[in-house]
Amino acid sequence: MQYEPVIGLEVHAQLKTASKIFCGCSTLFGQGPNSQTCQVCIGMPGVLPVLNKTAMDFIIKTGLAMNCAVAPYSRFARKNYFYPDLPKGYQISQYELPVCQGGYVDMAIDGETKRIGLTRIHLEEDAGKNLHEGIEGASHVDLNRTGVPLMEIVSEPDIRSASEAAEYMRKLRAILRYIDVCDGNMEEGSLRCDANVSVRPAGQREFGTRAELKNMNSFKNVQKAIEYEIKRQIAVIEDGGKVAQETRLWDANQGITLSMRGKEEAHDYRYFPEPDLVPVEVSKEWLDEIRETMPELPDAKRERFVREYGIPDYDAMVLTESRALADYYEAAAKLSGAPKQASNWIMGDVLRELKNAGVEPEECPLEPERLAGMIKLIESGVISGKIAKTVFEEIYNSRKTAEEVVAEKGLVQITDEGAIAKVIDEVMAANPHNVEQYKTGKTALLGFFVGQVMKKTGGKANPGVVNELLRKKLA
Amino acid sequence: MELHSLTLHALRELIIKKEITAKDAAFAYTRRIGQVEPEVNAFLTLTPNKTIEMAERADKVISGQPEAGQPAPLLGVPLAIKDNMCTEGIKTTCASRMLENFIPPYESTATRKLMDAGYVLLGKTNMDEFAMGSSTENSAFGATKNPWDLSRIPGGSSGGSAAAVAADMCAAALGSDTGGSIRQPAACCGVVGLKPTYGRVSRYGLVAFASSLDQIGPITKDVEDCAIMMNVIGGHDPLDSTSADVALPDFTANLKDGIKGLRVGIPREYFPGYLNLPQDWKQALRLGERSYFVSPGIDKEVFAAIMEAVNALQSLGAEIKEISLPHTGHAVATYYILATSEASSNLARYDGVKYGYRAKEHEDLLDMYKRTRSEGFGPEVKRRIMLGTYALSSGYYEAYYKKAQQVRTLIKRDFDDAFKDVDIIITPTSPTPAFKLGEKTADPLQMYLSDIFTISVNLAGIPGLSLPCGMTGSNLPVGMQILGRHWGEETVLRAAYAYEQATDWHTRKPGM
Repeated sequence: MQYEPVIGLEVHAQLKTASKIFCGCSTLFGQGPNSQTCQVCIGMPGVLPVLNKTAMDFIIKTGLAMNCAVAPYSRFARKNYFYPDLPKGYQISQYELPVCQGGYVDMAIDGETKRIGLTRIHLEEDAGKNLHEGIEGASHVDLNRTGVPLMEIVSEPDIRSASEAAEYMRKLRAILRYIDVCDGNMEEGSLRCDANVSVRPAGQREFGTRAELKNMNSFKNVQKAIEYEIKRQIAVIEDGGKVAQETRLWDANQGITLSMRGKEEAHDYRYFPEPDLVPVEVSKEWLDEIRETMPELPDAKRERFVREYGIPDYDAMVLTESRALADYYEAAAKLSGAPKQASNWIMGDVLRELKNAGVEPEECPLEPERLAGMIKLIESGVISGKIAKTVFEEIYNSRKTAEEVVAEKGLVQITDEGAIAKVIDEVMAANPHNVEQYKTGKTALLGFFVGQVMKKTGGKANPGVVNELLRKKLA
Repeated sequence: MELHSLTLHALRELIIKKEITAKDAAFAYTRRIGQVEPEVNAFLTLTPNKTIEMAERADKVISGQPEAGQPAPLLGVPLAIKDNMCTEGIKTTCASRMLENFIPPYESTATRKLMDAGYVLLGKTNMDEFAMGSSTENSAFGATKNPWDLSRIPGGSSGGSAAAVAADMCAAALGSDTGGSIRQPAACCGVVGLKPTYGRVSRYGLVAFASSLDQIGPITKDVEDCAIMMNVIGGHDPLDSTSADVALPDFTANLKDGIKGLRVGIPREYFPGYLNLPQDWKQALRLGERSYFVSPGIDKEVFAAIMEAVNALQSLGAEIKEISLPHTGHAVATYYILATSEASSNLARYDGVKYGYRAKEHEDLLDMYKRTRSEGFGPEVKRRIMLGTYALSSGYYEAYYKKAQQVRTLIKRDFDDAFKDVDIIITPTSPTPAFKLGEKTADPLQMYLSDIFTISVNLAGIPGLSLPCGMTGSNLPVGMQILGRHWGEETVLRAAYAYEQATDWHTRKPGM
């Protein structure tokens, strides 16, 4: 039988605010245990939360970027449960009235646009961290992360494969980074994902029983875990069994999902409206203010690149994957006046170098100004494309401009016909046998002569001129 | 007259005029505490060193103050603070084993404002554990006694603060009020207590019982003192999102303007026969039969005192009108769902992990939680946590919490409608005078009913003041409750002041 997977993702994105969501503590990562805490985030008696306005700005921005309806009136709620890393005994989250409702994200799947609907995006606080390793007979709690603002982005069950899920995650990450609200680092936990996965016989309308997957801390793991889970569920059904509604943990080492808790053990969170915070009202003015700060989003940028710079859609897609790369490309395209050349160099050499060094585009040692300078030299015929490869290597690994490298190494292209003719004469004189052969019809030897001339000029001769003169002289 | 029996404003006058020093005042009160505290047990913590230090600081300010300068409003005035307001470096226990040794590293906004106004701290007062109760018998550290009759309760939960004011162990005190916890003890102890409009006083640093109902307020010897205290503790606080950003008036400015033409509402639901009150109602009451015009549950002496007080208001120029609060009968049930729901969540933080009590022996994490909370909380607190947890549970939320929220809206609307026709509303503060210690501890529901007149006020968020309006035959004070519109404390205080000045109930003192 054919089965269709049905997948919905719950993505937690950590917001890039300087301070926590309900107090003034810093959100700095990797500090000493409990050094980033105060009476409010530790949950001391009598303290009260005060909402960080920047966190609201960020979620509104996200809502606008993902086509959501931003609620004019939203409310926080308490999610009650006991755990040592949750100092108040409840997490301040949102339940009935989240900031964003509806919305969607479009992504390109096999040349088609696939739209993934969003259910909601809400704001909440992160919990702390229990520490067990290296402590004998006790566990410790680090509350630095407690109160760091999180956004939970809940998708509709619109995803139909593991690769779509990974692509959706990449798309979310790109948008979040574009609007600069989340650094999108999955390994450090600033982007986390739970997946609801079920399968159903192809053509069936009703959903199958779903399992919730947790603990997938990279795009690769999201894809692998869902792939595994789909296969597992199909096998259960094929064996005549029933898929259990449960929470399962992805074990990346074994490459399998394991049951964590069943439906019966699910928490009753006893949600109720948070009485310590007043409902948040988002005015039209506030929305407009945020709208004005919105950068151009990846999809719009991609279309504009194709239209304005005449580059292929695929190139535009790659170049708009991150805002930094897109800005890099656009600067290089504009400064060089050769948008296609700029695209080729970035798609090829620049991205390769970055990838080899494991460096993000914003940290690229070669500024778009110097890259554009080199492209200009190619365009004006000062250096050949071949020489440019050498120049690129030089300027990428130093602070020099292309002009400086060319002058230092005497790499200026020789276009003077007289000078080239002289070299051709020398080459012909040194290879009389080959000249003879060429003249009897072995014209394939032209390449040999070009190579010899280039060798003698250190690659600096203009290949066009060399070709033309050789043909004339050999004729 | 002895210093300790002076009102706050009279004492303050002497200090500012340099007739006495702040230290004189502080010593007068510490002496008084030494005399009567062993019998009353109003305090959980006394802070003698802090008292002297703060009084000396006040004296330094006064000696450096130019004569014409405007002195801080509470300069050198010794006050007592209910033990659920965090005081930096001073134990704040909420009368619970759970926080028996808790010393907060921060100051509540209300007490910080008192500091800025120059007050002198005498100590932290006894209360029902986590402010849950109406008699102060739920304190983990022993009950407080009523200074008027040591065999009786002082009311609660701010019983320690009310008893301390009544017994002249402080010039005034701060209490907190979730369902009547300032007003009912004020009534029981014959002093003035005000629960301000929700959002008038910052809750920052007030250990939460029910966040949407809790409010800090003053307990004082007279109405003018109450207005002075409100001037200090009121106002918006950036640390409390629910504290409203509304202008804080000078509550003493119009205090003495009288109440000519003020429209006073008498709720039909509490006084069913008010409009047809027989000429000889006092005679009818005296005959001992429960008369048709007294609603069940209201003590006859309390009823008579309120009727006399209403007559007094009328003779001061007020216009008396009957009003209706049709949903008031649901207030107690509504309150005990909402307040316990919030409490069940607010008290979850006392889990033995970070601070406070932790059970000595435990097998694992869950066992540690269970034992810590079983041993650390008293029976009433546990009862309310269980009630609230139940009301919020999935499958019951709609029937209880949600329904209660809807009724709360109706109760609020009752008051909004009533205040279209009247400026203040009069009720008894408590249906009975102070009852005997132990009288209601076995029957929580009877205890809960002590607050039938005060609870709806917290649900509506409006201000309510209790002031003395009579004495029973056995010499126990009776309190009258005056309710006002949202942000209407000025009118409430003006009415209270007019009544107080026309009578002499506030000058009576327990014979201690």
